Amino acid sequence: MSSTTKTARIGEELWKTRVDKVNAELVTLTYGTIVAQLCQDYDGDYTEVNKQLDKMGYNIGLRLIEDFLARSNVGRCANFRETADMVAKVGFKMFLNISPTVTNWTSDNNQFSLIFEENPLADFVELPDDGRSQDELWFSNILCGVLRGALEMVQMQIDAHFVSDILRGDDTTEMRVSLVRYIEDEMPPDEE
Amino acid sequence: MSYYFTILSPTDAPLFNIAFGTSKSGGDGIARFRFPDTAQYMNQFIIHSSLDIVEEAQWMNGNLYLKHIDTYPPAQAYISAFLTPSGARFLLLHQPPQLPSTSSSGGNTGSSSLLGSSFSASALGGGSSGRASSSSIAANPTAPQTEEAVRQFMNEVYENYVKTVMSPFYRVGLEIKSPVFRARVTAAGKKWL
Repeated sequence: MSSTTKTARIGEELWKTRVDKVNAELVTLTYGTIVAQLCQDYDGDYTEVNKQLDKMGYNIGLRLIEDFLARSNVGRCANFRETADMVAKVGFKMFLNISPTVTNWTSDNNQFSLIFEENPLADFVELPDDGRSQDELWFSNILCGVLRGALEMVQMQIDAHFVSDILRGDDTTEMRVSLVRYIEDEMPPDEE
Repeated sequence: MSYYFTILSPTDAPLFNIAFGTSKSGGDGIARFRFPDTAQYMNQFIIHSSLDIVEEAQWMNGNLYLKHIDTYPPAQAYISAFLTPSGARFLLLHQPPQLPSTSSSGGNTGSSSLLGSSFSASALGGGSSGRASSSSIAANPTAPQTEEAVRQFMNEVYENYVKTVMSPFYRVGLEIKSPVFRARVTAAGKKWL
């Protein structure tokens, strides 16, 4: 428990001292425009939009982790629980100034949920009322990609996806994250 | 009192409209206009015909809320206007209940006919005097209390309008279809009018 509060303090401290801030509405509107444009480009094929958002996020995550580690100076996490804490309390705090709640662990400590009480990406947003977006579009899907990309760079293959979203009329916004495996350093195949 | 509220884009395209009745002094929130249901376009007709006056009035002062700007006496329709800085207009038509109160609602016939008749006296007398009933906004469309209530209503709608327009899936200049916005306007109407 004390390590959790310690992590939270690290995040707090970083947010106060080491982060350049930008207007939240700029972020919200920019992201909203991207999603709306994607929906238009893919002609309302929301499955494809989700995929594209995830891919964008993945590419962001791959480099964002470098920035994260350079600024935060945190060391290696001993286990996946610690990683989850770090992601929620330091990572999200640093880049979005939110700290989603980590909860719903499975007994093998390989899966957890992030509950977003607030989500700056989704301010002002109302999903289009075409009867499908509410069931198919994960508006903030970019976050899944970011997480996947970032953790992959530190030897964790994970799967992240949203399971509920306030925008869809659910009570909470919840992302499910599960550890697939730790990526071991491997010899390139068939090299003699 | 019955209300017809509409939002027009700067180029006069209608973006949103809603009709509702008063919820004050026992009203049930259902609009009862003086036209038969087949002639509801009269509301739109009257409200749009006040646009010329809006365009005149908008240069008279710097306020967003232009207050009561137009009256259409044959239908006892009063029109208040509110401008957003980007040029969208919020127009509210209000119409006091018809005289021999045709209210089909059971519970409040006594009070509403009382209000209705006291209003008729003031309307015929050509001006509002300080009478008890003028404190009820349902009774007197030109009283300061009514202006204030309409102002509060307009401001609340304006706040919600801004949020709705910020939604990335809303295209500027198109009709506002958001059910959330409609619900909020209805709530604002219930609260203030």
